[in-house]
Amino acid sequence: MGVRTFIEGWPVYRQLTGDDPLGRGAAAQSKKSKSLTPRTAEADSVAKSICPYCAVGCGQRVYVKDGRVTQIEGDPDSPHSRGRLCPKGSASEQLVNGPQRMTQVKYRAPYATEWSDLDLETAMEMIVDRTIEARRRGWQDADDQGNKLNRTMGIASLGGATLDNEENYLIKKLFTAMGAIQVENQARI
Amino acid sequence: MPGLGASFGRGGATSDLQDLGNADVIVIQGSNMAECHPVGFQWVMEAKARGTKVIHIDPRFTRTSALADTYVPIRTGTDIVLLGAIINRVLTQERDFREYVLAYTNASWLVSEDFQGTEDLDGLFSGFDSETRSYDTKSWQYAGAEHHGDEQEETADSQESESGHSLGAGGAAVDHESIQRDDTLQDPRTVWQVMKRHFARYTPEMVQEVCGIPTDLFDEIAEAWISNSGREKTGVLVYSVGWTQRGTGVQYIRAGAILQLLLGNMGRPGGGVMALRGHASIQGSTDIPTLYNLLPGYLQMPHAERHRSLAEYIDSIKGANQKGFWGNADAYTISLLKAYFGDAATAENDYLFDAMPKINGDHGTYGQVMDMIEGGKIFGYFLLGQNPAVGSANGRAQRLGMANLDWMVVRDLVMIESATFWKDAPEVETGEIVPEECRTEVFFLPAASHVEKEGTFTQTQRLLQWREKAVEAPGDCTSELWFFYHLGRRMREKLAGSTDPRDRLLLDVAWDYPVHGEKQEPSSEDVLREINGYDRSTGDLLPGYTALKADGSTSSGCWIYSGVYADDVNQAARRKPGREQSLHAHEWGWAWPMNRRVLYNRASADPDGKPWSERKALVWWDEAQGRWVGDDIPDFEATKAPSYRPPKGATGVEAIAGDDPFIMQSDGKGWLYAPKGVVDGPLPAHYEPAESPFRNTVYTQQQNPARELYTNHLNEVHPSPPERGSDVFPFVWVTSRLTEHHTAGGMSRYLPYLAELQPALFMEVSPELAAQQGLEHLGWAHVITARAVVEARVMVTDRLAPLRIQDRVVHQIWMPYHWGGGGGLTTGDVVNDLAHLTLDPNVHIQEFKAGTCDVQPGRRPRGGEVLDLIDAYRVRGAVTMSSGAVAVTAELLDPQGKSRVEQAMAGATGTGTGHSAAEMEKVLSVRHDVRSRPGQPQQNGVDPAVLDAHPDTSLEGN
Repeated sequence: MGVRTFIEGWPVYRQLTGDDPLGRGAAAQSKKSKSLTPRTAEADSVAKSICPYCAVGCGQRVYVKDGRVTQIEGDPDSPHSRGRLCPKGSASEQLVNGPQRMTQVKYRAPYATEWSDLDLETAMEMIVDRTIEARRRGWQDADDQGNKLNRTMGIASLGGATLDNEENYLIKKLFTAMGAIQVENQARI
Repeated sequence: MPGLGASFGRGGATSDLQDLGNADVIVIQGSNMAECHPVGFQWVMEAKARGTKVIHIDPRFTRTSALADTYVPIRTGTDIVLLGAIINRVLTQERDFREYVLAYTNASWLVSEDFQGTEDLDGLFSGFDSETRSYDTKSWQYAGAEHHGDEQEETADSQESESGHSLGAGGAAVDHESIQRDDTLQDPRTVWQVMKRHFARYTPEMVQEVCGIPTDLFDEIAEAWISNSGREKTGVLVYSVGWTQRGTGVQYIRAGAILQLLLGNMGRPGGGVMALRGHASIQGSTDIPTLYNLLPGYLQMPHAERHRSLAEYIDSIKGANQKGFWGNADAYTISLLKAYFGDAATAENDYLFDAMPKINGDHGTYGQVMDMIEGGKIFGYFLLGQNPAVGSANGRAQRLGMANLDWMVVRDLVMIESATFWKDAPEVETGEIVPEECRTEVFFLPAASHVEKEGTFTQTQRLLQWREKAVEAPGDCTSELWFFYHLGRRMREKLAGSTDPRDRLLLDVAWDYPVHGEKQEPSSEDVLREINGYDRSTGDLLPGYTALKADGSTSSGCWIYSGVYADDVNQAARRKPGREQSLHAHEWGWAWPMNRRVLYNRASADPDGKPWSERKALVWWDEAQGRWVGDDIPDFEATKAPSYRPPKGATGVEAIAGDDPFIMQSDGKGWLYAPKGVVDGPLPAHYEPAESPFRNTVYTQQQNPARELYTNHLNEVHPSPPERGSDVFPFVWVTSRLTEHHTAGGMSRYLPYLAELQPALFMEVSPELAAQQGLEHLGWAHVITARAVVEARVMVTDRLAPLRIQDRVVHQIWMPYHWGGGGGLTTGDVVNDLAHLTLDPNVHIQEFKAGTCDVQPGRRPRGGEVLDLIDAYRVRGAVTMSSGAVAVTAELLDPQGKSRVEQAMAGATGTGTGHSAAEMEKVLSVRHDVRSRPGQPQQNGVDPAVLDAHPDTSLEGN
């Protein structure tokens, strides 16, 4: 290492001579941090998304490498969020990858004290059978005056404000077709 | 949002967040925007930097208050008094924007001679029936239109307010040609004069006495709001769930809407009402509703008695001789039925309308919970990204209801409390739920996250934004689109060939969605195209809702979203950078209706079509081009001239005059006075919250008489004056959010970063309250109501100032509500367990933002001792199932031989479900132990065998 390189290695020298007089940027950078690149630069792809928390709907850029989300940043293109995210939006990579995330179907049998495992196919079959049965048991053809009801009161559903419009559309369409009217979401809560 | 729907015609925020920057004054009330919508708040700060005055009105000094010019502390539950006093000042001092008011509101319309207001009836409006707890709205109508009263209110045997919530996209029906008016505003029956009388008692002195706001501070708010409105200036009102989660929330919004109309702030840049919604797509989930009383596009769910045929259904929406775009309700409805049932829906079979399921009462989520507790009615329950064990009011009732089901399907990202209640609910600790005896079968299906599926959210300014899929969902995780498509497919396969008429609709539903990929996922774009709608003869996507037809030749899954796929382009996926566009950024996403960003923007121009002022120009009539032009897409027919007047006998769109900016309203005007569409009064009136330490000083009537109650032993309401016992619960509690957590915590308490940022449940109390109750900063304390006991760490702070009300000091306690005990990296008691179920009669939303309580130092008792403590308070506080339950306070004071129990029983279907009159009487007249019988811990229904006699308590001072 030459003397010149040695002196230039001093942050205070760089601060005095460079364009970072306050020493909060390039002047303070170590050799190690200089060699680092952001995760976002190494991404294979970037998906344009929207934050899933509150109703401001901030733009998000979702960085993906090797089929896994590596980082989520605010999208500066969004006219109303302009690249910003709050603590929740900034933490949303953990929402996707965090240790809390459940990825297996769980089943609690009546009177059981613990969960057991169940494969998705079996769970779907069991749910279909129970839905058909509850629908039948709670069916009402008409009211006391003979007005048509064509409905089941045996099934209820809650949720929707965190779901996509397309999902809510199918939920309401299917429940209506099966006669289940007790469909609700957070808008009421 | 019927408060907005009834006033303006559509239940959505009226402009976009960027437009806040155009305001001259921003009033934030019932919202902690800096904390709960932090990124949107940048537009408030931008306005402030340009000199806009920012006022924050809230019970608690928050991050929003810290950044406002003026912070105004207010007693929770009294906002209508404050707004009413400002309205009163505008009316008596004639500070309104008179040309705007005369041209664009119903101020000069005459109201029926039969109408009597709160001045005549001491807090009630005419038409109230204490037996059914509901109003007959016939007398509220315009003069000459008395026969157009809401018939449903007359025939309903309980509060039936489905129509209230359905006004998200349009006002209520009124015959526009029968309207009589007096442009001098002198006739005592004009809306103007009716309002003047109604608001006369809302004075600055009343504000001081009821809200605790000093008169000089009141002057400052009123003058800032009024003087920054008018021809040259505009002000915007921002509210959120601090207004909506109340027993009279719709009327708060109405009060704000009235003021904004009087000041001429609607449809103009920097004006409007910014309703900040709480979830990524809560606007979307009412537009395309997962709500029992609505179909997509705010069409009503068919009602068994009112809609016995398609023709009857359509007539009830179109009304007789009504103006506006609801005149095409037949096209919207039939296009929806074609989207639902495809070729099976034909003109000959009335598009299968008869086979549709029908509602006939309140089937809302809280009514469902009461049915679950009772048992034998609801067998299966789907929870889709929602955690009612923590997030819904009265969590105890929620959990005990779930423990009484046959089965549940819980679909979520994490293992939430609503999935694990059978092993770790607080009721397991108290012995009310015993896992070995709880029969509920639970399926937990992990859900795909927002980056693992594609689709649209509709955010707070009605903007649909498309999300691209970034990665595949791991393991068993699936989207709701996948789950419901395959649930439907499998059910249809199992029932294929059935000749049972009950299965007809399920077999006829159009369910042929192509799937792709390893997981067999349907395409969200296909569904969005179906929502947009097709010309069924050509297969072309429709350009917008004006192309919909009533002859079955078009389909559209949600008429207000028609246009989102215009030109075969996913308009919601457009992402032209905001900096390359004008402020409203029309090429970013797509806003309903028709990509219009500022609703009612015809009102930004005067009746002749010229901007009211150059400074506030937005949309104006260009005579040379013969069309409306400007910086937004006109919320008006593009080529209808300002001078257009409808021919006699015209209805629907043709009847909208060139100076009718509120095109969804049946008379084309903004409604200062709402003859229809709001079930608890045509004008807002102040009532105390359902639980209050104070007597109402505005009227004899204590609470909203039409409030909706669920009387159940798990849901007893504290007495308020004049009933005895309120002193046992002398403090007021309110809840809200933190920036670092989200609702019931499923998306935040489990995340390491967020759990570290806000690691524990806490309560904020004033130094005065801490001294009075012996609470220590950072120590423990517990809050007690008749429903629950909740412990939390104490934060002693002057952010909560004690307020002087009626010559005594009231202390308010604040808590965030994100915690639960079952899962996550930070756990705590469930704050919403404290709440009672008293609902707004329009929208069935519970009252989270005001309740009474006691607070004591130290940790709460454990196990069964919790129930002993609650019981002790109930006995001392004279809490019964009839306390706080009487509809009309005057009848309580002068019972004329009717016991309080009899009075509380009025409207029995509204006050508890499933009980016969005899059962109700037994139950209402006694105190009973909250605990279930030993050995039968799942038996939570009211059983007279365990009840012991309790005298009917008397009134305060008697």
